[in-house]
Amino acid sequence: MAVSQNKLVQWIDHRLPVFTFLDHELNQYPTPKNLNYWWNFGSLAGVMLTIMIVTGVFLAMQYTPSVDDAFQSVERIMREVNYGWLMRYLHMNGASFFFIVTYIHIFRGLYYGSYKAPRELLWMLGVVILLLMMMTAFMGYVLPWGQMSFWGATVITNLFSAFPGIGNDIVTWLWGGFAVGNPTLNRFYALHYLLPFVIFAVVGLHLMALHQHGSNNPLGIDRKGPQDSVPFHPYYTYKDMFGLSAFLIVFAIVVFYFPNLLGNPENYIPANPMQTPPEIVPEWYLLPYYAILRAIPNKLLGVCAMFASIFVLFIVPWLDTSKVRSAYFRPIYKWVFWLLVIDAFALGAVGAHRPEGIWIVIGRVGTIYYFLHFLVLMPLIGWFERPLPLPPSIAEAVLKKRGGGALAGAAATRTKP
Amino acid sequence: MRPRRVLPALLAGAVIAAAVLAQPARPATAQAAGEEAPPLPDVSWSFEGPFGTFDRAALQRGFQIYTEICSACHSMNLVTYDDLAGPSGLGYTEAEVKAIAAQKQIADIDKNGQPIQRPARPSDHFVAPFPNESAARTANNGAVPPDLSDMIKARDGGARYVYGILTGFRDAPKGVEMRSGMNYNLYFPGHQIAMPQPLQDNSVQYADGTKATLDQEAHDVVTFLTWAADPTTEERKRTGAKVILFLLAMTGVLYGAKRRVWSDIEH
Ligand code: HEC
Ligand code: HEM
Repeated sequence: MAVSQNKLVQWIDHRLPVFTFLDHELNQYPTPKNLNYWWNFGSLAGVMLTIMIVTGVFLAMQYTPSVDDAFQSVERIMREVNYGWLMRYLHMNGASFFFIVTYIHIFRGLYYGSYKAPRELLWMLGVVILLLMMMTAFMGYVLPWGQMSFWGATVITNLFSAFPGIGNDIVTWLWGGFAVGNPTLNRFYALHYLLPFVIFAVVGLHLMALHQHGSNNPLGIDRKGPQDSVPFHPYYTYKDMFGLSAFLIVFAIVVFYFPNLLGNPENYIPANPMQTPPEIVPEWYLLPYYAILRAIPNKLLGVCAMFASIFVLFIVPWLDTSKVRSAYFRPIYKWVFWLLVIDAFALGAVGAHRPEGIWIVIGRVGTIYYFLHFLVLMPLIGWFERPLPLPPSIAEAVLKKRGGGALAGAAATRTKP
Repeated sequence: MRPRRVLPALLAGAVIAAAVLAQPARPATAQAAGEEAPPLPDVSWSFEGPFGTFDRAALQRGFQIYTEICSACHSMNLVTYDDLAGPSGLGYTEAEVKAIAAQKQIADIDKNGQPIQRPARPSDHFVAPFPNESAARTANNGAVPPDLSDMIKARDGGARYVYGILTGFRDAPKGVEMRSGMNYNLYFPGHQIAMPQPLQDNSVQYADGTKATLDQEAHDVVTFLTWAADPTTEERKRTGAKVILFLLAMTGVLYGAKRRVWSDIEH
């Protein structure tokens, strides 16, 4: 079947089937018809990655990775380069919005059981993307070479010294010297330029895995036939574009009117190895991990716990023993999920405060609860919980909803089918 | 209707989450030093809000304060004399900027390779009071006066904090032991600042005849410093208004289109 009447398109497609591919993955790609707006965040993450790469390439054309010039060169971008302020503020706030979108995307997956068979690898590739994003953002934050850039880099790289025996050698190797300095800045820049393209490639695999079995949906049941789905285009292309446009309004409000809201004022002071800032805090999106790190009195164990807090996500598909995907049909897990969300916010707050008084207690309880959630509650609840009866198909659930109360969407957390 | 309910909630959620997370991420400087500071003075500014712009007269008066007083100790290395010109600057003409720059001498090398002093040109960055950090430290009792270019963005509280510093000098309360050469300031973390009170009533004679009270001077110089920390602020806000208007229209159109596309589907 020809994808187009256009002779040129046919000629190309016969030799390089890009049009067939697009037709297959967009026009024919069947998607559940009951997706709610939480399903917009995957495409939003893709758009954010694109924005980061485009603005990043423009910044790189004017940025100088040397300890003497980095701060000045960023300021020059802000003050003298045409629309340099726009590129810089888009990139700086873009990192935050990329994480907001990605975290919502991940919690969406946790709520609707999108990691469960046959989507385990899809989920694990997502966790790989999260890890790469964290590394990229951490190294990017070092580039403007402000006080927080320098001291953040010092604190985080120093963590590796906790490993017995080889720890100090690892740190020296990471630094390329005996302190965070020019070689450190240079390699971070090289990697900061490289990793987003690695992320891009992993996103490709992530989408390949997605298109193998298609999207999960708020009901968490498989599509049984054509009555359950709609072609991705035009239904979800339009829905995604609408969501994107609405999201960009929020992004633009921050970029144009509160560009430094999410940043740390300390980073507008040039790096000074002789003067430690009163408080060394990472960017907000890394605060929960920082809280877990500091919750444990032993440095090595703290570092291990911090890494474990991400790695535990890899095995979530096997930790969750429930037969049912969507929390919509899981009366107990549904509540435990929200506790995890609260826990993540609490850990974020802990990470922003000095480990004193009540914050130590909250940090420890929050850390224990985090691991308890994944390692104990997930398997146990899956065994003991009695899920609500599943609807026979997406189409029937949709029809029922039309007659009665709301079903999918945000309302899904409240109403029973 | 589902979309009508979910979307505002979502947008609000994102903004609130961002704001909540941002707040604790910057502990107030004063708290960090383990000292109580009074709340920052509540002053209003011409540049506040989405449509606020810099009052050009205040900018010029603020620049006068910087030139006559602060520039004795503080550099502003990131700002050029050129920046002062035109509507995006302080409103000076090219000729005025040239004259302003020429009042300063700057170290350079002549065509024979000999070090010389020459009058500054508009393309030069503001001439710094000290040749290097050690000289600045020696001249100021061991404390380095920080560069003021980014000052407003580099402190919690921004404009209000710097206004507080400039108007917050007091006699040290009884029982507070002051280190030598230090001055008591309400808003500085730890209250002991190495800067002597730089502004008093009538510290300058304003070129435009405005009465030079301490509050007026502080207000003007802070307005100038806020402009200097982000000289593109007005351009940014103007661009933002256009972008957001466009996005609002586009979101409306796309919402209609999306509803049309979905109108034939039970979902
Ligand atoms: C006699 C030299 C001198 C003059 C004149 C002077 N300052 Fe300072 N200023 C200093 C020194 C020294 C410091 C460092 C104080 C410290 O760290 O304790 C300082 C610090 C500051 C700070 C930073 C406070 C902080 O939070 O770290 C600001 C803001 C400031 N000055 C603004 C001004 C302004 C505006 C003027 C002009 C109206 C001015 N200064 C005039 C010497 C001076
Ligand atoms: C996954 C995508 C990316 C993320 C999450 C990211 C994150 C960041 C962050 C957090 C900063 C510090 C911003 C600041 O506080 O000033 C930064 C700076 C920078 N990034 Fe990226 N970045 C990404 C992609 C890229 C790409 C692809 C390039 C180059 C092609 C790039 C080039 C730069 C440069 C030159 C800087 C220094 C200028 C500055 O600090 O504003 N980035 N990045």
